[in-house]
Amino acid sequence: MAYNPQLNANGELQHLLTIEGLPREIIVGILDTAHSFLSVAEREIKKVPLLRGKSIFNLFFESSTRTRTTFEIAAKRLSADVINLNVGTSSQSKGETLLDTVANLSAMHADMFVVRHAQSGAAHLIARHVAPYIHVINAGDGRHAHPTQGLLDMFTIRHYKKEFSNLRVAVVGDVLHSRVARSQIHALTALGVPEVRVVGPRTLLPTNVSELGVHVYHDMAQGLKDVDVVIMLRLQNERMNGALLPSAQEFFKYYGLTPEKLALANPGAIVMHPGPMNRGVEIDSSVADGRQSVILPQVTFGIAVRMAVMSILAGNA
Amino acid sequence: MPLPDAEALLAALTEQMRPAVSSETRLVGIHTGGVWLAERLHRSLGLSQPLGTIDVSFYRDDYDSRGLHPRVKPSEIPFEITDADVILVDDVLFTGRTIRAALNELFDYGRPRRVRLAALVDRGGREMPIAAQFVGAQIDVRDNEQIELKKAVDGRLSLVVNPAPGTH
Repeated sequence: MAYNPQLNANGELQHLLTIEGLPREIIVGILDTAHSFLSVAEREIKKVPLLRGKSIFNLFFESSTRTRTTFEIAAKRLSADVINLNVGTSSQSKGETLLDTVANLSAMHADMFVVRHAQSGAAHLIARHVAPYIHVINAGDGRHAHPTQGLLDMFTIRHYKKEFSNLRVAVVGDVLHSRVARSQIHALTALGVPEVRVVGPRTLLPTNVSELGVHVYHDMAQGLKDVDVVIMLRLQNERMNGALLPSAQEFFKYYGLTPEKLALANPGAIVMHPGPMNRGVEIDSSVADGRQSVILPQVTFGIAVRMAVMSILAGNA
Repeated sequence: MPLPDAEALLAALTEQMRPAVSSETRLVGIHTGGVWLAERLHRSLGLSQPLGTIDVSFYRDDYDSRGLHPRVKPSEIPFEITDADVILVDDVLFTGRTIRAALNELFDYGRPRRVRLAALVDRGGREMPIAAQFVGAQIDVRDNEQIELKKAVDGRLSLVVNPAPGTH
């Protein structure tokens, strides 16, 4: 097997940095474990003692509410101690380097880092420099990867559709700036989804996107026809430099998910969105709150998936 | 030493338990062998309350040395544990560590009124102050062997002896 910095010498998951190149059995193992964690949230005491005494540092160099909160809840439900750092407001603004920050936190006996950073590759860099007993989870790096989001999306699809082998899945919108889309495409492919489509304007699709094994559509009517899963992406205004779009209104007209466009998909199709949503930009409110939307279950499943990732990593010495 | 027939042991265990259960008794099987036994006991004892199942992987005391079990199953307790009269069911009682983990998990669902333990086989070797109230048979096996319960496609249960993992 090719060298994979995420795996230890026994082929077990040491860090979770990207879904790209992850063996299918590891992905399925995470989804299965997450399934067992779901019921923990329904009990009187929503905690298991697995990570008692472990210190998990949420290292967020870029703002996030949902992801940071669900990682924090996941760690607390595993009985770990969680330390949240919004590094934008701390030492880094005084000039400390990323690796110095990590070295200092390691000296405080960290067992795991959950890292979000605007720079692609930041989590990889940290993973290469930490002591061997420390585990790193990438919670989003630049435009590169957001593996736990990709995994929770797979968990959601499996929950509603049971199988991957007979699905048509459309990923719609701003694929160019989306680390989520990249993680989803790698996961869908690894799990054997026969038809993955990306749908969006030329300016918001990476030029080499078809190399990922996906079908490219620029027209919603064609792209959504007969699909089983519609994954909407957030229009990432903050990552755009230059005029890739005429206006949000124009984007909504062509690529916003309305009930009329959704009607072209299979009647049982589910609608997903990683959040935060721009209502009236990429998705109409009546779809976001509609019968086919599974956007809020995605959030709930995200906690179980993150519990699974953390407990699998921390158990692989 | 030839192993006893698991079906005969289960029949003996069922008769031991029959006078001790009531319509209020709740069985909770421990994955995987204990769940098979609990399903059979539930039927043959004519219990009306739903059956619970428990996977102790999230409560094991060897997580730090062995990591998470790769095939964890969901625990399902479809009834109120608080004030319930519970019988835990496991296939082989050995060190007692699995039962310790199961008790801890059970208490995260609530405070049971009473918890008893039924095991098909007690092989000795306890490392915890734990005893079973109902036992199919006491069996002596070597320390480097493990007894395993198997279920055939027709549902028949049998016992086999394997070398314990990590020993040669």
